[in-house]
Amino acid sequence: MRNKTVTTAHGSGGKASRELLESVFLPHLPSRLLAPLSDQALLPRPEGRVAFTTDSFVVKPLFFPGGDIGKLAVCGTVNDLAVGGAVPNYLACSFILEEGLPVADLQRVVRSLAETAREAGVEVVTGDTKVVERGAADGMFITTTGLGVVPDGLDIGAHRIEVGDVLLLSGHLADHGITLFCLREGIDLASDAVSDCAPLGELCSRLVSAAGDGLHAMRDPTRGGLATAVVEMANSAGVSVEMDEAAIPVRDAVRSACEVLGFDPLTVANEGKVVAFVSEDVAPAALEALRSHPLGRDAAVIGHVVPSLDGLVWLNTPIGGQRIVDLPAGELLPRIC
Amino acid sequence: MHLTEPFGDRALTQPLVERMMSLAERLSPRQVRLMEVCGSHTMSFFRTGVRSLLPDNVTLLSGPGCPVCVTPNRELDQMIALASLPNVTVATFGDMLRVPGSRSSLVQARTSGADVRVVYSPMDALTFAEADPSREVVFLGVGFETTAPTVAATVLEAARRDLRNFSVLVAHKLVPPALRALLTSGEVRIDAFILPGHVSTIIGAQPYAFLESEFGIPSVIAGFLPTDLLEGVVGCLELVAYDQAEVRNRYARFVRERGNVAAKSVLEETFEPCDAEWRGFGVIPESGLRLRPHLRRFDALERFTLDLPEPREVHGCLCGEVLKGMVSPDECKLFGTACSPENPIGPCMVSSEGACAAHYKYGAHRAVKV
Ligand code: SF4
Ligand code: SF4
Repeated sequence: MRNKTVTTAHGSGGKASRELLESVFLPHLPSRLLAPLSDQALLPRPEGRVAFTTDSFVVKPLFFPGGDIGKLAVCGTVNDLAVGGAVPNYLACSFILEEGLPVADLQRVVRSLAETAREAGVEVVTGDTKVVERGAADGMFITTTGLGVVPDGLDIGAHRIEVGDVLLLSGHLADHGITLFCLREGIDLASDAVSDCAPLGELCSRLVSAAGDGLHAMRDPTRGGLATAVVEMANSAGVSVEMDEAAIPVRDAVRSACEVLGFDPLTVANEGKVVAFVSEDVAPAALEALRSHPLGRDAAVIGHVVPSLDGLVWLNTPIGGQRIVDLPAGELLPRIC
Repeated sequence: MHLTEPFGDRALTQPLVERMMSLAERLSPRQVRLMEVCGSHTMSFFRTGVRSLLPDNVTLLSGPGCPVCVTPNRELDQMIALASLPNVTVATFGDMLRVPGSRSSLVQARTSGADVRVVYSPMDALTFAEADPSREVVFLGVGFETTAPTVAATVLEAARRDLRNFSVLVAHKLVPPALRALLTSGEVRIDAFILPGHVSTIIGAQPYAFLESEFGIPSVIAGFLPTDLLEGVVGCLELVAYDQAEVRNRYARFVRERGNVAAKSVLEETFEPCDAEWRGFGVIPESGLRLRPHLRRFDALERFTLDLPEPREVHGCLCGEVLKGMVSPDECKLFGTACSPENPIGPCMVSSEGACAAHYKYGAHRAVKV
């Protein structure tokens, strides 16, 4: 590469674009389907039901402890497929680059994206790059679209949640949100916090095989945190859920950062966690399956679906009190004092 | 590690819960009305579940203890107007962003091009000012005795560095005069106060002595963990039951009789008391702060001429009454309908410590468990 930073010429579709593609993208993305560089990828027809999803990633800063925008762009989309019970297969990536972005940064992101894709077992089969003027984007935006296959017979979704179901969480909450928040705002509250950004495909498929038909619903509690995931699932299932605060794992440093900032760890974002509703009889096996995977080592039973007419999510506090858990409102802003 | 250890431990809280129950029974059928002055207390009572454990004859009222909520529209309008001036950067704590003034909010001003930046420390604002001498940087000084000392220290630092493009809109308020105003107005019946832990850390226990000597009202200074909250309630009930009006300090691990001497002297050096306007209360004598004459050059209102129309209030918003403990948020007709955290009409619904936001967030209005 002659240039050290991305220029508008790289988005022209001409020679510079080709050069960027060949020097930055292709070396890391060894797909037979991508190689022909035609306008579309030709995919063999899959067996089973096709799951299809898309998501855009606009994280700031681009690099953070535990990951970067490339890793995030793969995890986010792959996880959306995985929690629906789909085995993720293919990925399309679209990059919007800001003029002036160091090519080295782009290289680093592409490498990490490719690595994460390999780890997640998905193939990047098509993509696009655009360059916008300085100031029109925050360094780099990535959109990923994912395609996966849900095996026949597998039926997962809020409609299957029922009274008596056990609520599982795969690990510590709020790591991603707090890491990014502290980094972005330059505050040193949880200096050893690391994003939990990770692809969940394998973890989810362990859960699927351990719980079988007893696995009723899964979600990855990303933006809006655990609170949003559980409240939305409970609402669409029309059930009430009781969670136990004392059972919900939160790291010390993260908990105290939340305390100082006035955040509720239940509403802070995660990027590598799964929550699942399973029937009572398979719960022990499901928990075991989660714990047997490195990403689910700290998994815990955090609640139950209870018979009630109110359709609310309740949190039992460690002192024996109760409160309602609701969707968070507005962006995360720290308190004044 | 879990969310609320070690003070959330049931072994510690259970005896307090039992004590609270037996005191309440002893007081029954009398209805006891406790006011938690501080907005963080309001939130903590909900968040920890302590509120759900209160006996039937104990009512918690929220008081004027959230600095965002008590900031009147006049001051909000000034902040928004300052932000909208050309070449001015306004630096503020995040809480202020979405609070609606008479006509707009800081967020709206930002959307229309104003330079509004969220900071975590007033010192960040100094940094901006130093980095770009061609811009005027105004810090919005909102908060009680808790936040005022850091703002004071920042002003002193600005003076030391002789910064010419830094100023503060001083909207600080003091808690004890508001309690006095509340009691003198006679508009609300309160049996005891749960006093703010953070504020007391700075001012100490001593400034509340008038509650006992002049008004015969018992009060307890309390912290924010479940045990603290329970001790606050238990302490109040004890005092009420035995008809004692003293000020009890149940946050002695942080609060001294005379407070934080260093912080107080910084305050003293920088500010002098002045009359101040509070939302819902109007002007309360000696309840605000202004810069001492030798530091007035850092006063944003002296530096910029703002010609503002009279502030106006939203019809139907009961924030003023909520802050005085006269109505509970769910008694406001707009609560949960026209007014919600996504679309707040009054500051009590915006602030993370606002009473309306707390009631909304924890759903006290929606459902009773069946
Ligand atoms: S400013 Fe301090 S005392 Fe006031 S509501 Fe907030 S935490 Fe409580
Ligand atoms: S509910 Fe809204 S309108 Fe009513 S008092 Fe509270 S903030 Fe004001």
